[in-house]
Amino acid sequence: MTLLHLAILSPLLMALIVPLFYKVAKNVHTGWFVLILPVLLFSYFIQFLSRTSKGETITATAEWMPSFGINFTAYVDGLSLLFALLITGIGSLVVLYSIYYLDKHKESLHNFYVYLLLFMGAMLGVVLSDNLLVMYTFWELTSISSFLLIAYWYHRERSRYGAQKSMLITVFGGLSMLGGIVLLGIMGDTFSIRELLAQQDILVSHALFIPALLLILLGAFTKSAQFPFHIWLPDAMEAPTPVSAYLHSATMVKAGIYLVARMTPIFSESSLWIWLVGGIGLLTLMWGSFNAVKQTDLKGILAFSTISQLGLIMSLLGVGAAARFYDYNQYYVAATVAAIFHLVNHATFKGTLFMVVGIVDHETGTRDIRKLGGLMSMMPITATIALIGSFSMAGLPPFNGFLSKEMFFTGMIRVIEMDIFNLSTWGILFPIIAWVASIFTFIYSMILFFKTFTGKYQPEKLDKEAHEAPFGMLLSPIILASLVVIFGFFPNLLSQSIIKPAVEAIVPAIKESSTLKVNIYFWHGFTPELFMTFGVILLGTLLYVYSSKWTPIYSKIPEKLSFNTVYDHGLISMERGAFSLTRRYMTGFIRTYLVYIFTFFIGILSFTMISQGAFTIDTSELAPISVYEVVLAVILVLGTVTILFAKSRLTAIIALGSVGYSVALFFVLFKAPDLALTQLVIETVSVALFLLCFYHLPRLSRHEERTSFKFGNLLISAAVGVLVTLISIASHSQKMFPSISEYYVENSYKLAGGKNMVNVILVDFRGFDTMFEICVLAIAALGIFAMIRLRLTRRSEG
Amino acid sequence: MKPNDVVLQTITTVAAFIIVLFSIQLFFAGHYNPGGGFIGGLLTSGAIVLLLLAFDIKTVSTIFPFDYKIMTAIGLLLSVGTGAGALLFDVPFLTHAYEYFHLPLLGEQSLHTAVIFDTGVYLVVIGITMTIIQTIGESE
Repeated sequence: MTLLHLAILSPLLMALIVPLFYKVAKNVHTGWFVLILPVLLFSYFIQFLSRTSKGETITATAEWMPSFGINFTAYVDGLSLLFALLITGIGSLVVLYSIYYLDKHKESLHNFYVYLLLFMGAMLGVVLSDNLLVMYTFWELTSISSFLLIAYWYHRERSRYGAQKSMLITVFGGLSMLGGIVLLGIMGDTFSIRELLAQQDILVSHALFIPALLLILLGAFTKSAQFPFHIWLPDAMEAPTPVSAYLHSATMVKAGIYLVARMTPIFSESSLWIWLVGGIGLLTLMWGSFNAVKQTDLKGILAFSTISQLGLIMSLLGVGAAARFYDYNQYYVAATVAAIFHLVNHATFKGTLFMVVGIVDHETGTRDIRKLGGLMSMMPITATIALIGSFSMAGLPPFNGFLSKEMFFTGMIRVIEMDIFNLSTWGILFPIIAWVASIFTFIYSMILFFKTFTGKYQPEKLDKEAHEAPFGMLLSPIILASLVVIFGFFPNLLSQSIIKPAVEAIVPAIKESSTLKVNIYFWHGFTPELFMTFGVILLGTLLYVYSSKWTPIYSKIPEKLSFNTVYDHGLISMERGAFSLTRRYMTGFIRTYLVYIFTFFIGILSFTMISQGAFTIDTSELAPISVYEVVLAVILVLGTVTILFAKSRLTAIIALGSVGYSVALFFVLFKAPDLALTQLVIETVSVALFLLCFYHLPRLSRHEERTSFKFGNLLISAAVGVLVTLISIASHSQKMFPSISEYYVENSYKLAGGKNMVNVILVDFRGFDTMFEICVLAIAALGIFAMIRLRLTRRSEG
Repeated sequence: MKPNDVVLQTITTVAAFIIVLFSIQLFFAGHYNPGGGFIGGLLTSGAIVLLLLAFDIKTVSTIFPFDYKIMTAIGLLLSVGTGAGALLFDVPFLTHAYEYFHLPLLGEQSLHTAVIFDTGVYLVVIGITMTIIQTIGESE
């Protein structure tokens, strides 16, 4: 345990004592106590900056399950530090914001902050763990805590629906990822990411490489709300707004991005990785931005915009992974730089926007853009912050979104020049889709700002009189918005300290060549990117202004084609299918279950007999057959056949008795006097009991009819009989070793002082069995006594 | 008219005695000849059943005033106790011992701890058979 471990686990420890604060200090908002922790953690993590920017990494190991090779190794490099700073930094701001957002009297704050701290600790664990299994543990903890946070207002049906949906999808992905992790562990014989990286060349040629790749990507895509797993994110907007700002814009959804970035050095050798990450990212970008435009709920717009921006980052990571094939030329690494830069930018402006939406919701009582409008004069500060956020999201100068969008275009244009993996032909799609998606991004950003803050103020549609939010609530968005502006004007603030080490972590090979120079400028001449941006602004403005002309196309797309319908119907039909399947085979009739049991018995045994070629006949050891045996066997068979075809129960019982007595005679014939004696008495007793049952059978069901004949039953019983006969013939013919009975013959008098060998075996050599057999008898007697005497149902009726 | 069971009852008193004797013979002979606790117990309870048939449950329960469930328990205790007793002599569970003794009336005889175990079996078998038959017989 080092200080670093303590830092990772401190939110979890803090979560333990939060309810205490809530109970003891009732007058102070619990958030104030919580706030201390992320601020401390942020300042703790920021001191690593000086070391990681020099290319150093920090490792600390604490033993967890050393015998399984699972240790909690904390590993800090540029990439994980960037995420740790995002988590703690934005975490502090979100906690600060939530103090003003959540009412300390009306809300159960202890729950909220416990979940939030759990989440924060889990996220820190995900990004700082070197061991994949430890990372997976934290990964699932993020799913669980996010589930709890989404359903924070658990009395609302939509909240529970959203929570369940996100849980199902992210846990599905998480489990797939676990599969991928296990495959990686099998391939590399280690779960440490760094050790896996070292044997990257072995992994690539391994047969399990592609399955591991697909499974890990499935985990990353579900977590990061990539197409088509994006559907949980819009429904997760039922969570309190601070949660949406924190989880669903800045941190949790970026866990998938982190995973992809972390795994890029291992998997980027494969064309599948580049195509999947780049392609799905681009598809998500397009789909998210296209759908964001039609939303009428502010948080809905932001949810789809988050989806689309995450797709953007993902596609950049995919394209950036191709740099490996160009000797890590800086020219091609640019996409990875853009991904990291946009990751930071997105966290800032999306956090801002969520908080702004929360303020609007809090102060007006609605998030519906059809009801909102003209809030600019009433909420000037909020409006300013929203302007900064949404213009940055749209990619307008002078905000940081502009810079990362330019870099994004640069990265996508590079794809055209790539001549690997069919990119030379299909690559042209990358910049085109990127450009179209950017136009939609521009449109929804404009909708977000102008529909809310400009136009006509409609007080009659609002629940509350709109007014400016308290300063405390504005503080966090102001800080984030100023970061948007600062990163916009001074992008190189970050480039050396944060972006460069993070890129070096994603593309480790570039570290050795030391060619990477991260320089971000506003102006790089009249490049194609600049004209693309002009086009985006021009077309975007036109489309926004004439939006009423073309938005009806959204209603043309039938509702049934959405993935939500697929998900909902999928769930329902799965439940129905499982239900009807169970209904079909669990009939409630014992005879059906017996049919199953015997069918499996026949199937498995005959398969084994045939596949092993086990059937043999060996007649050499057979004894001669005497006349008595033949006569007795005939009686036995006759008795059995009589039972089968008996028309009355009485006949069947008596025939059964005759079978039992002839068995006793067989015992006599085969020289087993003890067995014969016992068999005679027991047969008498059991026939008497049968007669008793027969006598007591209720009048109604006393149908004296023959056993209903069913072809299936005949088939199954015949098969069982034939099979068992064949098996006993075969096993008799294949005696592997002599019987151990010689020992008893020799020793029953010598060792046990008895001459009746059967009895000596029963009470002496194997007395243990006898002891439990009499226990069985005693239990049976007590059971009968209890069943007859304790007729509780009859007593309650009477 | 109440049926006259004199013949049955008279024969039963004699026969039951003989059956019990036979069952005890079977029980004690078990270690050397066919027989043992199980069949001995069954025959003894057969004698009691005969008495049940000839007389009625009340009469029989005055002759044998046992609670057969307790008899079962005692039988189990004897069997397990024989096994557990072996542990006191530092040998594995259910190790039997036998020795030849000169007894006052019977002369040279071997005494075997397996007999105690078998007595347990004997008692359990009587106990359970009688419990079952009595329970069913007394139920309506």
